[in-house]
Amino acid sequence: MHLSRRIFLHGSVALAALWAVPRALLASAWPSKAFAASAASEAMTELFGTDQATPSSAISLTAPEIAENGAVVPVSVETTLQNVQSVSIVVEKNPRPLAISFEIPAGTLPEMACRIKMGETSQVTAVVKTDSGLFSASKEVKVTIGGCGG
Amino acid sequence: MASKIKVKVKLNGDVAEVKSLMLHPMETGSRKDPDLGATIPAHYITELTFLNNGQNVMTVHCSTAVSRDPYFSFSFSGAKAGDTLAVRWVDNLGETDSVETVLG
Repeated sequence: MHLSRRIFLHGSVALAALWAVPRALLASAWPSKAFAASAASEAMTELFGTDQATPSSAISLTAPEIAENGAVVPVSVETTLQNVQSVSIVVEKNPRPLAISFEIPAGTLPEMACRIKMGETSQVTAVVKTDSGLFSASKEVKVTIGGCGG
Repeated sequence: MASKIKVKVKLNGDVAEVKSLMLHPMETGSRKDPDLGATIPAHYITELTFLNNGQNVMTVHCSTAVSRDPYFSFSFSGAKAGDTLAVRWVDNLGETDSVETVLG
């Protein structure tokens, strides 16, 4: 009885370790504080340690001028910057401005697309982190019907 | 249960273009049930990982601001026909889903 319980405990500890190690190696943890931030600058500071990013024409942010449905706004980001580590999308006027963050390992191309929700008309900013700093590109998206529920 | 993740991969030389769509409510936690008036609890994917032959090619951290039934596309190099691309997500309630696709 005791023995099997001990074996079970050892087994579960080993499993937890197996699961935790590759996760730690692969990518940073889910940035809960940055996602909980209610201001864009606060989210940036939580995520990157600074809210200053250099505007860059090497980043192409594609989003509609007018989004009729704020619940589904297609956004894509592409950049010619080198050694990109992450690409994040910040919607300034959303209750939680940080929408999504892509962690990019070496070998993955810095071009991606997704669909996000927008509560109201807002600046949408793509923040690209490279080994030489933070760069950004912004675009205003007009929202006809907000998509954050409520 | 069958996976609710759909993945399509197009190989152009050694570059794989990945398009994925998954079924998930992505509840923000601020929406109210139209009949009951009660707030629907937050339920959303937090982390999505793509592994090609076991090697990480993309990790996506999501908030509630990702649309319902999320769609993601991206490309990675170093791919070849026969590679196995695994997609896995975990949500804020600890639920997971995963699927594997063979390239080519």
